[in-house]
Amino acid sequence: MRLRNSSMDGSDGSQLFEDTSRAGSGSQTGYRNQQAGPQAAGFPGQSLLSDPMSNLAMAYGSSLASQGREMVDKNLDRFIPISKLKYYFAVDTVYVGKKLGLLVFPYMHENWEVSYQQDTPVAPRFDVNAPDLYIPAMGFITYVLVAGLALGTQNRFSPELLGVQASSALVWLIMEVLAVLLSLYLVTVNTDLTTIDLLAFSGYKYVGMIVGVVAGLLFGKPAYYLSLLWCCVAIFVFMIRTLRLKLLSEAAAEGRLVRGARNQLRMYLTMSIAAAQPIFMYWLTYHLIR
Amino acid sequence: MAFTLYSLIQAAILCVNAVAVLHEERFLSKIGWGVDQSVGGFGDEPGIKVQLMNLVRSVRTVMRGGCPLHVYTNWLV
Repeated sequence: MRLRNSSMDGSDGSQLFEDTSRAGSGSQTGYRNQQAGPQAAGFPGQSLLSDPMSNLAMAYGSSLASQGREMVDKNLDRFIPISKLKYYFAVDTVYVGKKLGLLVFPYMHENWEVSYQQDTPVAPRFDVNAPDLYIPAMGFITYVLVAGLALGTQNRFSPELLGVQASSALVWLIMEVLAVLLSLYLVTVNTDLTTIDLLAFSGYKYVGMIVGVVAGLLFGKPAYYLSLLWCCVAIFVFMIRTLRLKLLSEAAAEGRLVRGARNQLRMYLTMSIAAAQPIFMYWLTYHLIR
Repeated sequence: MAFTLYSLIQAAILCVNAVAVLHEERFLSKIGWGVDQSVGGFGDEPGIKVQLMNLVRSVRTVMRGGCPLHVYTNWLV
């Protein structure tokens, strides 16, 4: 009895998380799921449904669950903007592949502007220039694992070190994002860069770090230095080309020389944000390769 | 370096406390960072120093619960 109850709840509650992978047919699959739900419930649990008390209990339970879910959603939305976060995770394989290629080889790409759709930026799935949080999150986790692997090959591994590496890298990331936010405030740049955008841009360097450490593990120290150098230059160019469009004024972004103290300050700011990335990349990986 | 989140929180609290105990009359005005010396930046160019002074003032106001004339310490020059 109890197993059948939970399976019926499972088919109805499968819409707890929205399916963002298909933009148009999402609503259709939801409708079809709901249609299939009561039908599937009819076949195995007919004896269950004929009892009015259990019917009432099921209806009450499901309404209570949906009320609780609404309350949790409303309260959680106050602290963590979940709807905004969903935009950053709306990626697919093609986007991830193109973006990883862009992070390692940004020299051939020509159009770096983020395309908009009626004032809101287009989801990362449709625009390779849009920032996302999937690659930084996966990169961070992979970096922690690769660091553990590198320490293990040198017999310096213990399970606490994974936590130490993770929290250390996280602290550096938070400090970098706070420093960038502070400098953006001081220079009074009117930009539509949100905090999450800055988090995404700061997280892109993990890809280069992983490539460097893996090359160092496979082929030794010279390969580590070479690949790290390549990735540092690549991420420097990537950051400058991406931030140039967001921070500088329109004339300066197109490459024309614009005089004025403010534009010069903004240019220095872009340069220093981009230059901080290779420094962090080296700082967080050099102790892993001996 | 083995940083932990706890050390970050410690450092943040100490920095905010350091900004909060800067005395308006005795110290900030003496070095030209007082709040009455920040006007004159109308237009769209406040400049870094004015922004920094505004930031210090807002941190101090927030930390004191919104009372800017509160006498906080009397030994800090």
